[in-house]
Amino acid sequence: MSETIKLDPTGEQFRDDIVKAYSPKLSKKRKKQIIINQIGDCDTVPEILANTRTAPGILTMRGCAYAGCKGVVLGPTRDILQITHGPIGCSFYSWLTRRNKTKPRTAEAANYMPYAMSTDLQEDEIVFGGEKKLMAAIDEAVAIFHPKAIGIFATCPVGLIGDDVHAVARAAEEKYPDVNIFGFSCEGYKGVSQSAGHHIANNKVFTDVVGQLDQKKEGRFVLNVLGEYNIGGDAFEIERIAEGCGLTIHSTFSGNSEYDEFASAQNADLNVVMCHRSINYLAEMMEKKYGIPWFKVNFISANATAKSFRKIAQHFEDSELIERTEAFIAKELEKVEKVRSEVYARCKGKKAMLFVGGSRAHHYQDVLREIGVETIAAGYEFAHRDDYEGRKVLPNIIVDADSRNIEELTVTADETQYHLRLPVGEIERRKANGFAYEDYDGMMPEMPNGTLVIDDCNHHELEALIDYYKPDIVCAGIKEKYVVQKRGIPMKQLHSYDYMGPFAGFRGAINFYKEIDRLLNCNVFRFTKAPWDESPELTATYVSGT
Amino acid sequence: MLLRHTPSTTPERHALTINPAKTCQPVGAMYAALGIHNCMPHSHGSQGCCAYHRSALTRHYNDPIMSGTSSFSEGASVFGGQANLLEAFTNIFTLYSPDIVAVNTTCLSEVIGDDLTQIINKAYEEKKIPAGKIVIHANTPSFTGSHITGYANMAAAMVKYLAKKTADGGRQTDTINLIPSFIEPSDMAEIKHIAEEMEISYIMFPDTCGVVNSPLDGRFHLYPRGGCPKEKIEASGSSAATIAIGVLGAQPAAKLLDTKCKVPFETVEVPIGISATDRFIDTLRKIAGASVPSSIRIERGQLVDAISDMCQYTYGKKVSLVGDPDILVPLVEFLNDLGMKVQHVLTGTSTNKYKFEERIKNICGENVKILAGLGKDMYLFHQLLQADKPDLFFGNTYCKYIARDMDIPLLRIGFPIYDRLGHSYQPIAGYRGGMNLLIRILNTLMDRIDRDANEEEFELIM
Repeated sequence: MSETIKLDPTGEQFRDDIVKAYSPKLSKKRKKQIIINQIGDCDTVPEILANTRTAPGILTMRGCAYAGCKGVVLGPTRDILQITHGPIGCSFYSWLTRRNKTKPRTAEAANYMPYAMSTDLQEDEIVFGGEKKLMAAIDEAVAIFHPKAIGIFATCPVGLIGDDVHAVARAAEEKYPDVNIFGFSCEGYKGVSQSAGHHIANNKVFTDVVGQLDQKKEGRFVLNVLGEYNIGGDAFEIERIAEGCGLTIHSTFSGNSEYDEFASAQNADLNVVMCHRSINYLAEMMEKKYGIPWFKVNFISANATAKSFRKIAQHFEDSELIERTEAFIAKELEKVEKVRSEVYARCKGKKAMLFVGGSRAHHYQDVLREIGVETIAAGYEFAHRDDYEGRKVLPNIIVDADSRNIEELTVTADETQYHLRLPVGEIERRKANGFAYEDYDGMMPEMPNGTLVIDDCNHHELEALIDYYKPDIVCAGIKEKYVVQKRGIPMKQLHSYDYMGPFAGFRGAINFYKEIDRLLNCNVFRFTKAPWDESPELTATYVSGT
Repeated sequence: MLLRHTPSTTPERHALTINPAKTCQPVGAMYAALGIHNCMPHSHGSQGCCAYHRSALTRHYNDPIMSGTSSFSEGASVFGGQANLLEAFTNIFTLYSPDIVAVNTTCLSEVIGDDLTQIINKAYEEKKIPAGKIVIHANTPSFTGSHITGYANMAAAMVKYLAKKTADGGRQTDTINLIPSFIEPSDMAEIKHIAEEMEISYIMFPDTCGVVNSPLDGRFHLYPRGGCPKEKIEASGSSAATIAIGVLGAQPAAKLLDTKCKVPFETVEVPIGISATDRFIDTLRKIAGASVPSSIRIERGQLVDAISDMCQYTYGKKVSLVGDPDILVPLVEFLNDLGMKVQHVLTGTSTNKYKFEERIKNICGENVKILAGLGKDMYLFHQLLQADKPDLFFGNTYCKYIARDMDIPLLRIGFPIYDRLGHSYQPIAGYRGGMNLLIRILNTLMDRIDRDANEEEFELIM
């Protein structure tokens, strides 16, 4: 894309002004994280500094590794019983707050998602160790719930006092051989954001869950969807489309999912990756160990959804599948277009800013574009350089001390379970023909020149962005929601969707168009100023005694 | 069923908490800190704590909740958080210029043993805290107490750092300090309304009124209009007396003010319902030497009138409650006054410092089942309800799963409420709050009567 948007004042001006408030050290660092997009030859983009520490005291959008591990990756699955080992808070705050929907197969099937479980560590356990209590908690959980699997999540103090959640998990597994029990060292201080927790979750799910069960869902075209968490029912919509096209989703990591699906995911023939940031590790490792090819998809926006399902069909090279997919897409796009064209007329030319997640700030640009809304500034909360610049920069990313602490697994092909899904050399042949695998081009090559790309955007910068560029809508998270709306500017949450959705797939696109239309043309913000604010001068109409 | 794994009985639990009926200290401390005008709360720990607490409070109030964090990395966790906190002070005062920063610790900084007093002193020495600016702190380890303890600790920290003793040691003003427990801004406003009607000069802190329920006016106010100004908290050391409104949430601050500045205090229960509001006003009247104006008498009389009109619908109705002790006791008392039969009361907060069980039994007899403290959770509460189904129950948003599964009407009171509006604006304290509460109870019960009545029993006039 070679489109250019001229910001006024320019992005450079903004950046240079905004960093003046910082200390020299912080100013230098933030300048590397505030980038004016410029697409060069071969889609090269400027380098951005990402996945680096947030300065203390800065009002940040970021959370912690526990949130990334328990909250994001493992939270959405319904039948892995999840025990948070630590004081009560972490478990409390991750209790149903991410809107991961789930639909158990039967009225009796296990669903632990409405349950928050914690060892609620007390002072004496902090002093003398909490492993005994954790073991007792597992005993109680097994006795009450009889789960297939238990995940244990370490919180900050647990790491510091030296409780070994993995040792307890092993001991518990010996005691309960029918239950798969595994621990996550996802203490909140690991890494610099939620991102560390994603990686920790990926590693453990890969080593302790995937490959444990040998079964495969019926179907000719069986795939896993990675990095889709069924917020607001997104995974339900993706399942509907997949079914309509004739595909079989073996497992979704991890929206609307079950343990058995994870445990047998090695038997699927393709992995598609939705949220690159949170799950690319698993895709890569499954490719190496089981030979499952993967590529990036995007189910946010009608065009991206159509493109992604076409690519999936083309991957399987089956004419019937391709035909069925095309027919399904055509039918859906017809419905989408009716709404889109109507909404477009009311929304075109509006300006948006997106600061969210590790993929969403990119994905949602597509769907906004479909209704004529331009993204003039965007950035991720916890992504890495590859999410901005594309995976081509992976070899050049310098691993700093914070990331080095997160284990990087060495993976080799499995002796029995590795098998090629396509003939030798086929992937390379396709790649040469422009059909990408193991790909992600990142956000920046798809953003117009001159737009602002800001990593780990903070409150100070968000306020300035609004002052400088007066966006018509801002998309971010709950902590930013009311900061923006107090100013009379509509704000759309892209973590929780403001308790709406789905926003994925075709129906999701329709929902999102309507929602943005509602927000941009909403009555309430007309009332931001009272009539007397507009003309405060006093002239008495009726005055007694004159 | 949403809670399909909650049978009426299960093996006893000692180690596993399921669906907690409390949360951790720092969120309470953050809420209290918001009750100081021009104050930036700051969470000394990992980013996640701050993100979670801000999110929880933001969802509860649908208002911006701002707080800094020390953003601990693994290095800070090993070597101590001093460098992070010092850097945080520089950034906070440069970028956000608050008058006060109120630091709460977390389990992380507590376990590594960061000495906040020492770090804050060092920050003053190194001029990381600009002249005229103040930093206060409360130790709020998540492995003791609950969100109520955290609130109480931060309220006490306000006294510890800010309240000043008058020079001659004597009382200088006829002002009364009002220290509320962890209650909603609407309830704080109602308590202030009562004091104002009685023409009593008062200082209320923490006071989150106008901070977490601020108007939309086209601007973002990092420090909204509300909150108790620092000068007033300082002056609280010269007040005639203090009324601690709530045993667990407010008494520690009042006690400390007595010790530090010799301001005598009395503790009352949060004025919810007629009896507790009567006692609050009576205490206020006697301490301040004020008379009760007709406006308050009218509010009281209207509430008594409404109850007398409608108490046939509340009489004998079975109720269960889960929540926080300072709210639960007067709420139980009000329900009892309405003729309702309170059968279960549960809190995850430890009530060691409060004769909680004794108080509730005093109010409604021996038959009520009371569970309080460590290990008492909503899983247990749900099981109690299954054994003896009430007509109505009280609790926070998480209770909606129980309400739906069991088809029992739920009145949302407590923290957090993520799914309904009202608590920011409509009080349950005072006589007017009692009226709101009565109306909510009646509407809920009467909607059920209308829904469930046979056609031949359906009533037009009720």
